Amino acid sequence: MIARLALLLKRDLGLLLFGGRRGGTLLPLLFFLAVAMLFPFAIGPDAPLLARTGGGVIWVAALLAAILPLDRLVEPDLELGFFDQWALRGIAEEWLLLVRIIAHWLSFGPPLMLAALPAAGLLGIDGNQLRIVELGLLAGTPGLAAIGVTVAALTAGLRGGAALGGMLVVPLAIPLLVFGAGSLATGGTSGLPLTGAVSLILLAIAPFAAGAAVRGARG
Amino acid sequence: MQVCSLTASDLACRRGERVLFRGLSFALAPGDALQVTGSNGVGKSSLLRIVAGLLRPFHGSVTSEGAVGLVDERPALDPQLPLGKALAFWAGFDGIGFVARESISDALGLSGLLDVPVRYLSTGQKKRAALARLLGQQASVWLLDEPLNGLDTAANKTVETLIAEHCAAGGIALVASHQAIALPSPQRIDLAEFAP
Repeated sequence: MIARLALLLKRDLGLLLFGGRRGGTLLPLLFFLAVAMLFPFAIGPDAPLLARTGGGVIWVAALLAAILPLDRLVEPDLELGFFDQWALRGIAEEWLLLVRIIAHWLSFGPPLMLAALPAAGLLGIDGNQLRIVELGLLAGTPGLAAIGVTVAALTAGLRGGAALGGMLVVPLAIPLLVFGAGSLATGGTSGLPLTGAVSLILLAIAPFAAGAAVRGARG
Repeated sequence: MQVCSLTASDLACRRGERVLFRGLSFALAPGDALQVTGSNGVGKSSLLRIVAGLLRPFHGSVTSEGAVGLVDERPALDPQLPLGKALAFWAGFDGIGFVARESISDALGLSGLLDVPVRYLSTGQKKRAALARLLGQQASVWLLDEPLNGLDTAANKTVETLIAEHCAAGGIALVASHQAIALPSPQRIDLAEFAP
């Protein structure tokens, strides 16, 4: 069982990380950096304002970067018959989707935390703020990955599923943003454990919700 | 080959508002092959999906013993990967070795195609690749949905031989096809007779 799950993780990572299916990790990352780069142009050269709002911008950009690969998280495998074949081999959908959440997180979470360094430079965020942003991303991105896979499973097979998926992710991500980006306003780290707690709850629910969605979509 | 059996009792299938068939029963023992015939839309694929446990029957039940393998119109191979790698994923999953993989590719005439990305394969080549995946699974119950679609005459023969060998080794084959296919035991069900 463990060997099979490791094989699944390897395949999922190959698909998500190295651009097996359109774009891979690079696209969300470039998108993230593009947002961080454009923001100062839109706000104007007001350094204190940029520094004050920059952390929030990084969070919003992270949320959008997590939404970008939604349409290739679940739907292609459903359409190609992979989920049928796994079901025939007695692998529970919950395991499959847990592995997919891990792969999704690995493909955007750590790269995003790296990209937040140059983005912090672009937005003029100081060291302490950057530390809070990075810790917040570490606590919050697993939750974003869980939401992403759940919504991708729920909208798989629907017409216009990608657009609908984006709409569904946003309200679900609000608690993460409230606690994660909210810590920036207070300047303390007290919101970060709460971000982690929200992430853990989402991670606990997501495989079951997404698994049920995949079984339902098989029809 | 592990002990296997496949029994369907009083199956009915509903898609949307329509009942496609009802009152369908059969029992297959090791070595049996059964062809399900009928025109398009009569519910052949749905029957196979019900038997595979992927679709809930509207009525009745299916009991099966032994691993179940399914080949339908979807090959479950990553389109962007070379065929060899796409098959290697399932080989790893099903725990079959390199030698067995080689002999399966040879048997289905895929050895020359292993470097070709799956999306460039023709319909018939994809079908053969899906059959290679099935052989690697070493399932004792085969569910084949239109296995001859897109295959040339030579490949037709190969598939018939594979099914015969599978049944001779004590396996079960349930084949849904509107085409004539030579099976080791000439059992047939015309699904149209079970339409409500």
